[in-house]
Amino acid sequence: MSTFSEKTTVYQANDSSFPRELEDEAIYILREVASQFEKPAILFSGGKDSITVVRLAQKAFYPGKIPFALLHVDTGHNFPETIEYRDWLVNKLGLELHVRYVEDSIKQGKVKEETGKYASRNALQTVTLLDAIEEFKFDACIGGARRDEEKARAKERIFSVRDDFGQWNAKKQRPELFDMLNGKIELGENVRVFPISNWTELDVWNYIKEEELRIPSIYFTHEREVFERDGMIWADSEFINKSEDEVPYKTQVRFRTVGDMTCTAAVLSTADNLDDVIGEILSAQISERGARIDDKRSEAAMEKRKQAGYF
Amino acid sequence: MDILRIATAGSVDDGKSTLIGRLLYETNSITQDKIEALESASKRKGLDFLDLSLLTDGLIAEREQGITIDVAHIYFSTPHRKYIIADTPGHFEYTRNMVTGASNTSVSIILIDARNGVVEQTKRHFYISSMLRIKNIIVAVNKMDLVAYSQEKFEAIKAELLGIAEQVSFKGQTLQFIPISSLYGENLVRKSEETPWYDGATLLDTLEHFSTQNSELSTIQARFPVQHVVRPKTEEYHDYRGYAGKIASGTFLVGDLVEALPSGQISKIKTIEKFGTQLESGNAKESVVITLEDNIDVSRGNMLVKVGEQPESRKEIKAKICWLDSQMLTVGKTYLLQHGINRVKAKVTNISSVIDIKNMSLSNEAPADGGLKLNEIGWISLKTASPIFADKYEENPANGSFILIDESSNGTVGVGFVE
Repeated sequence: MSTFSEKTTVYQANDSSFPRELEDEAIYILREVASQFEKPAILFSGGKDSITVVRLAQKAFYPGKIPFALLHVDTGHNFPETIEYRDWLVNKLGLELHVRYVEDSIKQGKVKEETGKYASRNALQTVTLLDAIEEFKFDACIGGARRDEEKARAKERIFSVRDDFGQWNAKKQRPELFDMLNGKIELGENVRVFPISNWTELDVWNYIKEEELRIPSIYFTHEREVFERDGMIWADSEFINKSEDEVPYKTQVRFRTVGDMTCTAAVLSTADNLDDVIGEILSAQISERGARIDDKRSEAAMEKRKQAGYF
Repeated sequence: MDILRIATAGSVDDGKSTLIGRLLYETNSITQDKIEALESASKRKGLDFLDLSLLTDGLIAEREQGITIDVAHIYFSTPHRKYIIADTPGHFEYTRNMVTGASNTSVSIILIDARNGVVEQTKRHFYISSMLRIKNIIVAVNKMDLVAYSQEKFEAIKAELLGIAEQVSFKGQTLQFIPISSLYGENLVRKSEETPWYDGATLLDTLEHFSTQNSELSTIQARFPVQHVVRPKTEEYHDYRGYAGKIASGTFLVGDLVEALPSGQISKIKTIEKFGTQLESGNAKESVVITLEDNIDVSRGNMLVKVGEQPESRKEIKAKICWLDSQMLTVGKTYLLQHGINRVKAKVTNISSVIDIKNMSLSNEAPADGGLKLNEIGWISLKTASPIFADKYEENPANGSFILIDESSNGTVGVGFVE
């Protein structure tokens, strides 16, 4: 740490106001999707980022309806709270929801369940996703990924063209100039669209607060059976292979990011409202994806997953 | 809270990554786990210092080669505003990525290694920043610690760059020189005691005081490209017909008389809405829905402008173009021209001149090999199948640029600036 031995000024981002320009930009992108593609869908995980995308879509086409279906790739290892939330939202907004299961891909022999201590279905869901894209003939899939999450995502375009196999080719990305989006593709190809590319974690939380959006309860503090592994707090569940010395205990935690139960770590927290959640993020010493077990696999874990068709 | 978008260009050697890393660090925008990840990655590479380029060079190929290839977007904020840095490569082979990254920004930071002074890359970056009409240029003379904070060195670099500015700068562009040391944080966030001869602001302070592009775009002629027609056809909104889009430039007010292009029909703005909320006005870059008093013919790709402020209707276009594709641009070829959100077929009728960006010299002859190659910048003429309503780029950057799409590959192959 010789480089940064002294911090010269203390700056703290404490302005809770959300930069509305980001909303304008995201709405513009969503309207382009509706016009440039035949059959777009929103990839919905029940996490705060995809909730934000649904809200933006609602605003973009108001008073018309959201012209996108939702696609949920269900690993079977979800937090029950996110599934409840998903069904509530779909019902409230009158949306069309498609669910496809990783379990089915396993049964069909297309993917093999991972084994061992770190077994997760996170990587397997790519196959289920690509199959669903083909089945429904989705030509654009809208996701809530953000560039600030991870360094390979920092290189991602807003319209990210994927080939027949769903692969991301970082070296052949289309240049995106000004705000002109080129979604022209051949049959079989599809585009992943990231309308909140330029948002940070804090922007998302401030937006949720200003828009008074309901979010799944696991984002707030609750008592849960957890155990510790690799310096992280894991939620205990039947989907995780624990060793004998990994003894679960009860404590107050919340989730900062929500993937499935095998790849999301919890944080100790007493935050039971959005202001406290935002306060925690402002003073956090760990980044958001620091709580993602799937990213810790290697330096280039995300880039490799994206090449394989991950979003 | 507003957003300031900045472009940085240069190679790792200029200390670009250290500069960005320092800004993130001092604004509390980088967390402990990311710093630790950097430390362990630096160690794996056998380095005894923190290699901040690992923070921005996110692709495997970039880390292998130790260069920036593609644009990375980096975010930080101060209590005053949010910043988005488009970190772009400096190498000539990746000029197209530099143009792409810089296209959305209103500030360009040009980094110079104080030991080396102005190099070819400096000129190219300056030229591209000016071509894109980026209003604020900061020349950060870095590594001042390695030249003993010499005022003489700094002034010499400044003088040389001011000479270049006479050729490429445009009216209204500001040019600021700051002596810095990214490594020690001199004049970045904290005013340096090593440069008593420098009485200007620090880098961050300079950034904090720039006006954003949006506030300037709002003061010019109003342009509203229609993206999508909202027709709910529900009982409650039976006759509702709203035009959704992002205001490209200017300000529209409820009651403004507007003309729809290309039909030429005129109506009055009835409402300007955002998710049902009625606004009195809409400014540049705002995504709104506009409804009109009369039922006139408006569809996607059309444009609403204020009566008396029509842009020129163009079928013959002269433009400066930067070529982004490995397949040459050639005379006689037809491309799809996308102006904003509107697409028309366009044929290249002439290539009049090419700029040699390496030597900054303009050849007034068509290129010898008959086309414009990847990363080259030239002047061309195009003929479109139907008129587009573009402004000159220098008068209205939001309505004066276009991209060219090659229909055989669907790729975005060129970016043009209407002259």
